[in-house]
Amino acid sequence: MSQATLSLSRARHSLAPWARIAGLTVCALLTLGPVVWTVSTSLRTPAQSFELPPRIIPTHPSAAAYRGVFDQLDVWLLALNSTLVTALIAAGQMVTAGLAGYAFARLEFRFKKPLFGLVLATMMVPLQVTIVPVFLVLKSMGLTDTLLGLIVPAFPTAFGTFLMRQYFLGMPKDLGEAAMLDGAGPWRVFRSVYAPLAAPGLAIVGVLAFNYHWNEFFRPLILETSGQNYTLPLGLVSLQGNLGTGSVSVVLAGVVLSMIPAVAVFVVGQRPLREGITSAGVNR
Amino acid sequence: MTNIQIPAVRPRPAAPSAVAARRTARDRGTRLLAALFLAPTVVGIVVFTVVPIAGSVVLSLFHWDVIDSPSFAGGANYREVFGDSTVLVSFRNTLVFMVLAVALQLLIALVLALTLNGRMPTWLRSVFRSAFFFPLVLSAASISVVMKYLFNQDFGVVNWLLGLVGVAPVPWLTSEHAAMATVILVYVWQQFGFSFLLFVGGLNNIPKEIHEAAALDGATGLRKHLAVTLPLLSPTLLVASVVGIINALQVFEQPYVLTAGGPGDATRTVVMVIYERAFEQLRFGEASAVGVLLFVLIMAVTALQFRLSRRFVHYQ
Repeated sequence: MSQATLSLSRARHSLAPWARIAGLTVCALLTLGPVVWTVSTSLRTPAQSFELPPRIIPTHPSAAAYRGVFDQLDVWLLALNSTLVTALIAAGQMVTAGLAGYAFARLEFRFKKPLFGLVLATMMVPLQVTIVPVFLVLKSMGLTDTLLGLIVPAFPTAFGTFLMRQYFLGMPKDLGEAAMLDGAGPWRVFRSVYAPLAAPGLAIVGVLAFNYHWNEFFRPLILETSGQNYTLPLGLVSLQGNLGTGSVSVVLAGVVLSMIPAVAVFVVGQRPLREGITSAGVNR
Repeated sequence: MTNIQIPAVRPRPAAPSAVAARRTARDRGTRLLAALFLAPTVVGIVVFTVVPIAGSVVLSLFHWDVIDSPSFAGGANYREVFGDSTVLVSFRNTLVFMVLAVALQLLIALVLALTLNGRMPTWLRSVFRSAFFFPLVLSAASISVVMKYLFNQDFGVVNWLLGLVGVAPVPWLTSEHAAMATVILVYVWQQFGFSFLLFVGGLNNIPKEIHEAAALDGATGLRKHLAVTLPLLSPTLLVASVVGIINALQVFEQPYVLTAGGPGDATRTVVMVIYERAFEQLRFGEASAVGVLLFVLIMAVTALQFRLSRRFVHYQ
């Protein structure tokens, strides 16, 4: 390539740093715009919420919409349900994935490979394909329309197991061998040597579980039929449905309230969240 | 495993030493521990995934409304489903959605990741990275509630903004083509951050020397990206597209909240049909047949991708 065409192609294809940053800024604003609008509109009075142009900073900030949500929805109950479901699933997944991941990484037993293959294969199976039989299994156990029916089936996690196996495989083998030479049995090796090192891996499993199940909609929609078992996303969608023509700002205030824990986890747990999402590329 | 096989290969000494006895005890302990550790996961996966897959196939061969006892239907549910225009349209919609949404998602994510990879202050880079990945932590259902207001034809902010530059109000949610476009936009808005994070990770794994060598050879800008970066990024592209496609084929929340599948059936997706057939119309057999077909579709598309990837993916 001659010098002239080279400099031409450079001029055409390499963006100046300011142009790159300007482009990224526009994209970031487009990405965050709907969220900013949600927060600012939730702070308007219900009467003002239809007004255009939208304002980032409301002229007369008002908590009326937030009082409205609490009047129209049992926010505390929804939040309690969501918290119970999410926290128990996250804790449960940390236990099941931690134990199974350790077994696959560090224990020797028969049928290890096919069992691990089975676990991996189920990662490919979408929930929506199995939901009808799962619903029937839960119905036969009397668990439909209970929070437990939402929680228990979510305990096993193929992805979490895979992640924890990788995590334990990354730990030095000598540690366990040294402990065994000192006479430690398999349980002691796990309990005293490896388990204490697993916290960062378990954090990834927990944060991913939290993010997924706090926002989950499909399973609650199918399983929970009575309002007392609704989780936040269900409550919010029903709020908009009931008030199709009603106050925008009230619904948005509900959305903002339901976002708070997710945003908190985003801020505090961004690193494990990012690592989890990147590690095998499964967003669930 | 090896320890267990030792006696078979080498005859066990008449009187096992204390060490050997301790070792067998330890092996037994190991296997017991493994069984205990695996039980929750394996039992859970068998009960809530493996059995339900088989259950879906079996159910798809029966007529069942939960109230009366099931009756064998043979292939009737499949014939019913294949002759049902709503089901067929839902498969077409889902495929159109998948192609456009995944293409758009990967393109946006790739361009942003490459742009972010250029020279800039570290703090600025992490601000951008956080911004692009933020929508991922929100609930698809709640965000669709928000988007339904933003895309409202009469009082939505999107049409107001377009009005500023002289564009007439677009019926984002109420015309057939626009509704599908809106569902795609809302989905991509939330999901591109996922591919973006994968690409950022993939780009970080490309050694700096390769870029320097390419620059020495005179490759710059777009040309460098096409000739050097993309081939090196191809394993990440494969993962991003495989997972992107599997997720897109399961789309539910956005069309359910934004358009309820409408107008007409314009945005009805396969998972919406499964939901409606089973839980609104109590036609469990048909719903299972649609589920089995979706599963086959996902497997086929994924297999096809891995086959194609042999030609296009370069591992270092």
